[in-house]
Amino acid sequence: MLEVKDLHVSYGGIRALRGVDIEVPDGKIVTLIGANGAGKSTLLRTISGLVKAESGSITYNGKEILGMSINKILELGIAQVPEGRRVFTNLTVLENLRIGAYLRRDRDGIQKDIDWVYELFPRLQERSWQMAGTLSGGEQQMLAVGRALMSRPKLMMMDEPSLGLAPLVVKGIFEIIREINRQGVTVLLIEQNANMALKTADLACVLETGTITLRGTGAELLTNEAVKRAYLGE
Amino acid sequence: MKAVRTPEENRRISWFCFFATLAFLGLVLLLDQLIKPTSPMYMLLTVLQKGSVYALAAVSMNLLNGCTGLFSLGHAGFMLIGAYTYAIFTIPSASRDTVYQYYDAAVRFSFPEVFGNAMGPAGTALGVLVAVILAGLMAAAFAYLIGLPVLRLKSDYLAIATLGFAEILRAVCQWQKLGPITNGSNLLKSFARVSKFKLVLGSTKLTLSTFVPVLIAAVSIMIIVKLINSTYGRAFKAIRDDEVAAEAMGINLAKHKMISFTVSSFFAGVAGAMMAMVLSIAQASNFKSAMTYEILLMVVLGGIGSTSGSVIGSFLFVAASEWWLRGLDSGTFLGINAPNIFRNGFRLVVFSVIIMIVVLFFRQGIMGERELTDVWLNRRRARQKKKEAGK
Repeated sequence: MLEVKDLHVSYGGIRALRGVDIEVPDGKIVTLIGANGAGKSTLLRTISGLVKAESGSITYNGKEILGMSINKILELGIAQVPEGRRVFTNLTVLENLRIGAYLRRDRDGIQKDIDWVYELFPRLQERSWQMAGTLSGGEQQMLAVGRALMSRPKLMMMDEPSLGLAPLVVKGIFEIIREINRQGVTVLLIEQNANMALKTADLACVLETGTITLRGTGAELLTNEAVKRAYLGE
Repeated sequence: MKAVRTPEENRRISWFCFFATLAFLGLVLLLDQLIKPTSPMYMLLTVLQKGSVYALAAVSMNLLNGCTGLFSLGHAGFMLIGAYTYAIFTIPSASRDTVYQYYDAAVRFSFPEVFGNAMGPAGTALGVLVAVILAGLMAAAFAYLIGLPVLRLKSDYLAIATLGFAEILRAVCQWQKLGPITNGSNLLKSFARVSKFKLVLGSTKLTLSTFVPVLIAAVSIMIIVKLINSTYGRAFKAIRDDEVAAEAMGINLAKHKMISFTVSSFFAGVAGAMMAMVLSIAQASNFKSAMTYEILLMVVLGGIGSTSGSVIGSFLFVAASEWWLRGLDSGTFLGINAPNIFRNGFRLVVFSVIIMIVVLFFRQGIMGERELTDVWLNRRRARQKKKEAGK
């Protein structure tokens, strides 16, 4: 279980997170919704070690991970799918997946996981030899997810996987998220597409200007008047 | 198009490259014996010698600029370190006092002599090799020190900083106070050079003056290719494509950039040592930033990111500037005798035009990001497809 307690993060004088508390129980899909600039990505980047926190604590299975190096956090089983996909455009699909397993040294296991990812995304197998930059947006998102899976994560954090994708493709991505979750990976999902995210998630939180203002199950928040007004457009 | 290979094809290509290199080395050895200094084809040997120096320099720069995406312009500086290290440690003790005529030489031994006295002729060769490797290590050590502050910078700023450091290295080498080591602004000479490289087997005497630099370049380039194709190489390319994503994958940016920078500089140092043994002099004023730009030009002409492109680019560049276009400077070109137009400097005009044409029509350089092996593999696959379609 991932537990974030009273987390404060500042970026060059701007306080992005002001005392965030959030829990991600094992085996669940937890989603975090909020407007642009609410601090969603900052939270995710702080958990993965890319951004340093000011104060607070982040524990994973009881172990403090705040201040650990990115490698150590990744080795504990926390991987992330960065915002805007960020695949390595001049590497092939296969090379991208191999980079995802960069910290692993077990050859056979890596090959097995490549097969697993190809099973999840048959599209990627067809394009195995293509440069990632030549893939469509949806395929790149699949690749970004596959790449994160290559580190064999127990917890996968996804930053706006629906960004810039057609509704039908978004639906496919969310189905995959559910499938990955069914196979035992905990998911922390950040989304602007509140409708889709809340329908998929077990638990949900609303982040507003650096603090959590609402929390509940996905279904609860879906019917919440305030959420409806602010994020679902009714 | 870049081709992804099956393990089977990979093995095949590795062997193919290995034997192709062996065959090329054999050919060079043969040419070395057949072409006499008086022959008009002697320029071919010069081109092979200088071309292999520049090929190694370009490939090592490509490792940094093309594969890791670190735009560094310090290559001439590291080649200078390599050339000086090699020269200083191979000047025979008998010639020391004539070389360092204004100073009291600080280094009083030479590797070829030390090893030669202990082990005979094989020791002399070993001494030269040791000096070459030391040249690389010295350049790598300087690269490490310079890299500590400089590698935090990105793109243009990195280019400016490395360019600056290269100029500083050159200035320091010419500094009077370092005279006992570097001979100040005077040149270093009389050290082990290619024209002296020979293999005596009984009564037969083999000239190795072209073979040795080509061999050193071939072995070094093979090592670099191995590195590029390893997991490290993949990490370098990931850093080039997207630093943040690479970091999120657990790639340690500082460490990998440093590895790329020092390895690249090591081979720049080796190239510098080769430059010294080919030109048979070492002088700091030769290693100006113009040399870095020349190497960069070869990398760009060949195709940024392509090792075989860098090699092809440098041999074409050297052949054109040293051999094919020489006539433009000396009065007669392609049988046309026009001393009024074809005189000193005209070659550079034509050369610039050619480069512009190449850059305009080959936007990605000659090879793009492909390797020769990709071209070969794609051809092979197309042939196989045709065969299957024919059935």
